[in-house]
Formats: sequence, structure tokens, C-alpha cells
Amino acid sequence: MSETNEAKPDTPSTGPPKAFDVAAIRADFPILSQLQTTSDGSKKRLVFLDSAASSQRPNQVLDAMDEVYKTGYANVHRGVYQLAERATNAYEGGRKKIARFIGAPDAAEVIFTKNATESLNLVAGSWGRQNLGPGDAVLITMLEHHANIVPWQMLAAEKEFEIRWVPVNEGGELILDTLDQLLDGVKLFSFTAMSNVTGTLTPVRRLVDAAHAKGALACVDACQAVPHQPVDVTEWDADFVAFSGHKMLGPSGIGVLWGRRELLEDMPPFLGGGGMILNVTTEGFIPDGLPGKFEAGTPPIVESAGLGAAVDYLSTLGMEAVRQHEIELTAYAMRSLTEALGEGLTIHGPSEPAARGGVLSLTLDDVHAHDISQILDESAVCIRPGHHCAKPLMRHFGVSATARASLYIYNDTDDLDALTEALVKARKFFAL
Amino acid sequence: MAGLEDLYREIILDHYRSPRNRGELETPPAHRAEGFNPLCGDEIVVYVEADENDRIRDIKVGGQGCSISQSSASMMSGAVKGKTIAEARGLMGAFKAMMSIHETDIGGDGSEAEQGIDSPVETIATAELKLGDLEALRGVVKFPVRIKCATLSWNTLNQVLEEIEAD
Ligand SMILES: Cc1ncc(COP(=O)(O)O)c(C=O)c1O
Repeated sequence: MSETNEAKPDTPSTGPPKAFDVAAIRADFPILSQLQTTSDGSKKRLVFLDSAASSQRPNQVLDAMDEVYKTGYANVHRGVYQLAERATNAYEGGRKKIARFIGAPDAAEVIFTKNATESLNLVAGSWGRQNLGPGDAVLITMLEHHANIVPWQMLAAEKEFEIRWVPVNEGGELILDTLDQLLDGVKLFSFTAMSNVTGTLTPVRRLVDAAHAKGALACVDACQAVPHQPVDVTEWDADFVAFSGHKMLGPSGIGVLWGRRELLEDMPPFLGGGGMILNVTTEGFIPDGLPGKFEAGTPPIVESAGLGAAVDYLSTLGMEAVRQHEIELTAYAMRSLTEALGEGLTIHGPSEPAARGGVLSLTLDDVHAHDISQILDESAVCIRPGHHCAKPLMRHFGVSATARASLYIYNDTDDLDALTEALVKARKFFAL
Repeated sequence: MAGLEDLYREIILDHYRSPRNRGELETPPAHRAEGFNPLCGDEIVVYVEADENDRIRDIKVGGQGCSISQSSASMMSGAVKGKTIAEARGLMGAFKAMMSIHETDIGGDGSEAEQGIDSPVETIATAELKLGDLEALRGVVKFPVRIKCATLSWNTLNQVLEEIEAD
């Protein structure tokens, strides 16, 4: 447990790179030390395999948040007393850390929202409403989460632009042969960096370049990327990048939209209210500069401090190491699941572990994902059944639900063995 | 603590493995409604053909879902086939009463699964109507998140019946 809740040094401790020490990591996550009582009264270690939906958080994050609540909490930006200043520093300190973590040239380009969904709605509701109309097109992909579909459909109903879809193949990878044609007349290409269903990693830089070559902007849904791999928005050369705090060891209630300064400056505010104005008269208002313009109302103050502590934690591990750990676990999982379950098991998505993130969407014989999850819960194995908010992709695969196991820094091969064992049980139970 | 055998009774698994009244009916004369469980992606289609005396002459069920939603649909179809619409609503009320212990607690999301049979016929029906096989689903109330699976087909049936009555 950390002794201080002040910002951890951003320079990870020097010395030889240590092996990824899952036991030490787990010790930082109080929730993972819980035992779950099953129906026969036995107690089982919690096997948490649902981080793609939301991760758990370490003491370092919880303590950083507690510290603000206990010693430095007040509303931000508006008070002159010391507490208010400390709260403002905690809030803005989080912003700076996140900017550094994603390679943003300027912390004012980091806009806090409530989650990635709101970030994408901000792009649609502000940039889209200003720039899209009949005859225009927005390009998205069949891999998208509903958060990167529905905001465009809502706006298209009003602004009458076209929505186009980049197709995917059976392996869950984007089919890019016709990308240039699809981009004709497109003003914005909005796509995921990693599918939350198949784990498919998309070639972000290549897609951004293709969009720019056709005069379109590129918006990246990095909700599953930022928590799991090194991300540098400058290297991506993207125009907008959206992600959520709760999937990367941070608290719920905070999300990020990073945008290129010139674009953000030209965009109208998204929500109106306090905190986003320079002046208000009976005639109208003058919006504030960045980032305030897009942060109407009391922002996620303590959550920013928590998310700052989360990126410190991840930086100390090193995002390259996090990615490597997940590739190894994914490879292990694919191998052991296939060996144990063989025919009848489908792992949707790319067959090459290095081409995917740590997300395994499974279908097993005719056993429904809901039933699989129920049986797995008996073994204290937490996975997620359902459509994972990606119904167009599910329809493409011809399934209504998958059972999704997703990995993070606190998982190890024991967790995956527990998963495999529980799946074998589920198959037996439902043997048709 | 409730065990799996409370949920997955043999008769439920039997209906799941060999669902009754699977298929489609021609519309018209039949009416059709689709139900969704937005939580898990289950989709169900219920076809009902009623005669001039409001008796359910035939019923078919399509779609896909988990063992609970599929077996519940299968049992529902068997239970209401040949009944009048009023009798079907009585059964619906009784089933709903059996399931209602938790449904309001688990956070209704205003979805279609929530609507429809909120004001069932008086609950005295519970005692008087024979739920038969449907009794096997009683254990579902111990697994609150699965209640929506069990009620999906009934809510969808309710939509079809409303359409028939509106006709
Ligand atoms: C790829 C992707 N995009 C967007 C979202 C939406 O995130 P949130 O619910 O935090 O807004 C998710 C979360 O499931 C996701 O996986």
C-alpha cells in the first residue's frame, strides 16, 4: 500500500525490468482477496475475468481519492480558500498526468467527461452538429460498440447524412480493400482501436492516414486500448480519442475526450451551464476557453485524482509490459481452452494472440452464454454473457450472445485454468 | 444459498432441449410480436392465432435465448394454447405474481420487458389457476437477474394479445 497519496513519481523506478509479478499486483487490489460462498457452502477465490466491462482498482487509487475527500475537497475553480485551491490542484493534476500518459501535447486538450460514451456523444453533438449535413457521410466499422454507433444514428436522423460501415471478415478483422472508396465524401471516420467483443486490434495509424488522405477527420474509440497497451495520440495522428476511466483502474464517473486543439477551439460547447462560460448576460453567453468550454457543471473532481493515480500505477508497471502480459495470457487461454473443449468451442476473433487484446468471446456447443455464466458463478468465475453492446457485430457472427472472458494485469494462468475447468462443468451440465 | 438445482430443474432442461410449439404462423391470420431482453440480447417472437371467440387456436414461438427464457416460452405456449384470451391473461397474472418477488427490485430499465403485465388480474388467481409445469420456474426468483429471462415470453405474449384485442 502506498504511504502517500501525492502524485507518485512519473519516472518508474530504475533498475532491471522485473518480471510481471501478478501476486504482488493482486495484493494491491482489496476486492480480489474476497472469497465467494457458493451454494454448497464452500468458499472460492474470486476469479475476475470481466475487466473489459470495468476493471477493479488498487489501493493506490482508492487512497488517492480518500485523501482528497478527507483533506482537500471543495468545488474546483471557484473558491479562493486553501481547500478549494487544493481541490483544484488535485483535479488539474489528474488532467496533466493523463495528458502525459497518452502523449497529448497540451493538457488543455484533455476534456473530462463522465465516460467514453459521453466523449463520443460530445464529438457527435458538438463537432458533428456543426459540420455534418445532407450529402455528407460518417464512416464507422462493424466492430463498433453501440457508443460509437448510436450517437451517429441519432444525429443522422436530424442532419440527414449517411452512415457507412467498414465490413469485417469471419475472423473479426476489418476488410480494408475498399476503404478508399468507402472514404469518398466522408467527413469523419470514427473507429475502435480494439474491439470489446473479439479483441481485434485495428491498424489505427493506417486508418487515420487513410482518413486524412481523403480529407476526413479521424476519431478513435480507445476505450479498450488505453487500459491495455501503450497509446500515444500524437503517434496515432488522430483528431479525437475517447476512453473511460473505469476500465483502466480508475473510478467510474470519469471519461476522457482528447481532441486536437484547433478543432476543439472551433467547436461549439456541448453542454451549457456553470464552469463553461467567460460571461453570461441576458442577451447570451461567451464560452470559456479549453478545457472549461466542454466541462459544464461540477466536474469529476475526486475521480480525476483517482484516474491520475491509476495512470501512475500503470506507468510504473509499464504499458509495454502490460501488453506483453496480456498477449501471453491470451495465448495460454486460447491453447488451453481449445485443448480442453475442442469441437464445439468457438473463440470469436483473430486466431493469432498477438493480433488481439485480452478479450475472449466464446460460444460453446449450444449452451447459451447466460447459462454458462450462471454455472461459472458457482466457481466464482466472473465473466460476462450477452451482446456486449455490439449488436451489429453479433449479428454478423450469427450469434445473439457470447460468453466473454477478459483479462487484465491481476489475472494469471490460475484464473484461466479455473475458467477452463468451469466451462468443462458447464458443458457437462447442459450436455444435450 | 440457492443452488443450481433450484434454477435448472429437470423439467426446465427438458423444455429447453425439446421446446414445444417452435415455429412460425402465417400473419395474418395470426398476430406476431417480438420481445427483446436488452440485458443479454435474447430475442423472442410469439405468433398467436385466435378464433372468433377469442380462443387461442394456435401459438408458435421463435427466436433464441438461454435455457430459462426458452423453456419458459415453451411452457407458456403449452399453457395458453386452447385457452381464451381472458384465461391466458389469468395465467399471465399468476405467473407474474410468482415471479414478482424481485422484479421491481432489480432496477427496471423501462424496457419492453418491464411493460405490459404490471397490472395483472388479481393475485388471488395464483391460488386458483394451475400453473402446472410453469411451477418449475419458481426457483428463478432466487436468481433475480434471471427473472427477466423467465418473463420475456409472457411479456411478448401480452403484446400479441393486445394487438389481437386492438384489431
Ligand atoms: C470499445 C468500447 N467503446 C465504448 C465503450 C463505452 O464505455 P462507457 O460505458 O464507459 O461509456 C465501451 C465499454 O464497454 C467499449 O468497450
